[in-house]
Amino acid sequence: MKSAVKQEVVGLNGDEAVAYAAKQSDIDVVAAYPITPQTIIVEKFSEYVANGEVNTEFVCTESEHSAMAACLAASATGARTFTASASAGLALMHEMLFVTSGCRAPVVMAVANRALSAPLNIHGDHSDTMAERDSGWIQIYAENAQEVYDSIFQAFRIGEHLDVQLPVIVGLDGFTLSHTLENVQVLPDEVVKKFVGIRQLPTVLTHEGKTVPYRLDPSNPMTMGPVAMPNYYFEFKRQQEEAMRNALKVIQQVHEEYAQLSGRRYGDGLLEQYRLDDAEIVVVCLGSTGGTVKTVVEELRAEGVKAGLLRIRAFRPFPVEGIVKALGKAKAVAVMDRSMSFGGNGGAVCSEVRHALYDVQVHPYVTDYIYGLGGRDTSPGQIRKIYEDLQKTVQTKHADEPIKYVGLRE
Amino acid sequence: MSSKEKSWKEASPAGVCWKASTTYLTGDWKTYTPVRDLEKCTKCLLCVLFCPDGAIHWKPEKNDIELDLNFCKGCGICANECPSKAIVMKIE
Repeated sequence: MKSAVKQEVVGLNGDEAVAYAAKQSDIDVVAAYPITPQTIIVEKFSEYVANGEVNTEFVCTESEHSAMAACLAASATGARTFTASASAGLALMHEMLFVTSGCRAPVVMAVANRALSAPLNIHGDHSDTMAERDSGWIQIYAENAQEVYDSIFQAFRIGEHLDVQLPVIVGLDGFTLSHTLENVQVLPDEVVKKFVGIRQLPTVLTHEGKTVPYRLDPSNPMTMGPVAMPNYYFEFKRQQEEAMRNALKVIQQVHEEYAQLSGRRYGDGLLEQYRLDDAEIVVVCLGSTGGTVKTVVEELRAEGVKAGLLRIRAFRPFPVEGIVKALGKAKAVAVMDRSMSFGGNGGAVCSEVRHALYDVQVHPYVTDYIYGLGGRDTSPGQIRKIYEDLQKTVQTKHADEPIKYVGLRE
Repeated sequence: MSSKEKSWKEASPAGVCWKASTTYLTGDWKTYTPVRDLEKCTKCLLCVLFCPDGAIHWKPEKNDIELDLNFCKGCGICANECPSKAIVMKIE
């Protein structure tokens, strides 16, 4: 695919790619607190602020809870707002994440995905964002530094869309993406500025009977984030669900518009299908693991095995329709979960995928593979073993275990 | 629930109030109602200052105070603070 504009290739790690994209996104306020493996993002961004390269108010807070509170407040004034976090930092924001989505503040946050304590571990897995699955934030997971860079711009456009008005998390795997140097094609500043545009505001009816833009403005006072009693709370939650449903379409539209501009496409924006058309055995995963799986798919295809990959890019909203379409004809499916739901019926991703396939007439066999916790390396050999398991399942018409662990010492 | 209440499609997003808070009567939350003994009341106005809901007003034209029971939540602070014990809380 050809790009409509000339792009420069820069060596950036995932965190630097986020910071570079943030620099180009015309952000008004950044409020953040450092935490590994996200620290480089705000460190780099604070350099841009100090050098006068951006026109952004940078707020150093005393905790992540305060960082998200400051982001919400800034966003409430109509400012374009950004932050970054990971692991325990994201967990400390937990309360404010719900307040931010409930106030419909389209804050964008990069999360360098990291394990949660205890035991203390700074390495990559998806435990942090999966624990915030139901916080009302859109969640997009990137496969490489290039996609990280591209997703930040899309995140602002998606979250700020008038049919959406929700905060967005862009997830990048800790260290595998956050600290690994890659070639990243960057767009010219003015092209990005035009793409992200100026933040749009919906209008609301205030207690003064005026219909005004939804932002804190002394000349048009309004009550944001009020008490809602049992007779109204439910209605506001239903509105959030509608916004998520709308986001399914908006994510695709924004992704397509960006693809036309940059020449880069990640499936339809929600799901990336890799050699899936005639695939009989399919691996489903999120994030950087997609790259490893693609390599293995190529090897297997060369051997005549009908292997395919479905990479979920948008986990919230969950693209049920696309998943049913993509997996409905497969014979056996392995869903890779990089977090655990202790005592649950499989990991977060597998539970949803398996549930989505309930209405398919002939179900494929579905097995959950828990992998990569606390930064445990996942090799092409291990992925190959998963495909071999699936082949065996198809041949014997029997899946031996519903949940398996990859690379775990028994 | 009253049929006048808005559906999720009609309500302002994120719970932005489309009515002033003064239109939301909180007086029916109370279990105890303040009752004033006019003979004991010295009109010192301490109850006006202490009422956390602003439900006791000084009316200069009447040269008297007025209890707004639409907003009184029955907390009893006025009765507790009254130096001449002119307010008693009675169960509704």
